[in-house]
Amino acid sequence: MSRRSLELVLDPVACDGRGVCAEMLPERIELDRWGFPVIDDGAIAPALLEHAERAVRSCPRQALHLVERTC
Amino acid sequence: MSLTIPHAAPAAPRTSTRLLHGLVGGGVPDPGLRNHLERWGELHHQPHRLIDQLEASGLVGHGGAWFPVAAKWRAVAGASRRRPVVVANGAEGEPASRKDALLLAQAPHLVLDGLALAASALGAQQAIVYVPASSMPTVEVAVAERRASRLDPLAIELAESPETFIAGQESAVVSALAGRRGAVPSFAGLTTIRERGVGGRPTLVQNVETLAHVALLARFGADWFRGVGTPQNPGTMLLTVSRPGGPMVVEAALGSSLRAAAGLGDDDLAHTSAVLLGGYGGAWVSPQVFAELPVAEKAARRAGATLGAGVIVPLPLDVCPLAEMADVVRYMEGQGAGQCGPCVHGLAELADNMDRLAFGGRGGPRVDSILEICTLVEGRGACRHPDGVARFVRSGLGVFADEIASHQRRGPCPRTRAARLLPVTGRTETRRLVSRA
Repeated sequence: MSRRSLELVLDPVACDGRGVCAEMLPERIELDRWGFPVIDDGAIAPALLEHAERAVRSCPRQALHLVERTC
Repeated sequence: MSLTIPHAAPAAPRTSTRLLHGLVGGGVPDPGLRNHLERWGELHHQPHRLIDQLEASGLVGHGGAWFPVAAKWRAVAGASRRRPVVVANGAEGEPASRKDALLLAQAPHLVLDGLALAASALGAQQAIVYVPASSMPTVEVAVAERRASRLDPLAIELAESPETFIAGQESAVVSALAGRRGAVPSFAGLTTIRERGVGGRPTLVQNVETLAHVALLARFGADWFRGVGTPQNPGTMLLTVSRPGGPMVVEAALGSSLRAAAGLGDDDLAHTSAVLLGGYGGAWVSPQVFAELPVAEKAARRAGATLGAGVIVPLPLDVCPLAEMADVVRYMEGQGAGQCGPCVHGLAELADNMDRLAFGGRGGPRVDSILEICTLVEGRGACRHPDGVARFVRSGLGVFADEIASHQRRGPCPRTRAARLLPVTGRTETRRLVSRA
């Protein structure tokens, strides 16, 4: 049986390390030593979904995406 | 132009010299169409059968990724209703690789046969051969010969690849054909080049050696293809071996001994500090590990390496491996597309650290801090460039542990002042061409 889930996907070309996403969603995103986001793999839990959507909307470079996956 | 077609179809080669059949040995190579047809016979397109034949053959891509060719063609064929674009990729950005340049210079029609076969099997709207300036003259002549003889179902177009390391990466190919520098993002979850590549069409980017194998497979069949190699690793592949006289291209049966294919005897290995497999995005292995490896990607992976596009560089004991690595990492830093933050910053830090490790005074950077930078760049680019550099560095830090300890204790060794062996720019001529069974 297939299950649908939402995952965060970063476009590394668009990203220029402003760091807004890590402020919005510290549970899943931290910044590396150069200020670029490192995103935890895996599905976003329902409780975090609202924060994740806010992180996606707030990215000034539109580099972060929520992508639906069937697994 | 009229061509005399030989009466009887030429026999299929029975040894592991296939792509290089008729090219080995003395004499001036003749890349012309007449010679090609005399050697290999006419090409009959059977577009509905070809993908099944590819699947039965077990042919994999020889641009470095070892991806099954039939699966790739099916993905492009099923991607959308739009007719696809097929690209023969001869960019060969790896400075230590010569096999694609050699094929394009000496057997361009095998490559173009394969491209034409891909175009007919996939119902392509456009077929492009993408090669560096150095290969362009021969390919131009070959394409003109085919047009004059109305050989192909569509007119093959030419595009020049830049002379950069990443020029051959699939995303960089599509980007270059669209007139942009660097690599286009092809991150998971959104779209892939197979679905949307050149002009937004489904796009097949296939290495020129792979296409040359397709040309023979279409003529002689899957059973013939599997007649050399092993059941798990059928067929042959081209390898570029760095030798004191210059790079040497050989063709070897998959599954056969890698050291035998490379022509490295006990005496050669006794004078070798390590062997670089898979080029500058590949990995270093000790001579002992190398000696046991077959020509097979899975075995190389198990040893923490990759055969990639078939680059083999034995490093002689009289050169400093740390100096070689430092120069390669610096070169690779400059060869990135400069698009992704972690790659830009990470490769610069790696290059600085490797410089200090090789040429700095006593002490120098700690190995674990270099490994930490490797972890920070892996998997974080739009293309695989940073991953390759990380693999190159990681493996070298392991294999050359004694050298590192010695540099940290005593400072740079005298060999760091000698000339470098690994090329970091431009192209040198292939001096010898041999084939081994």
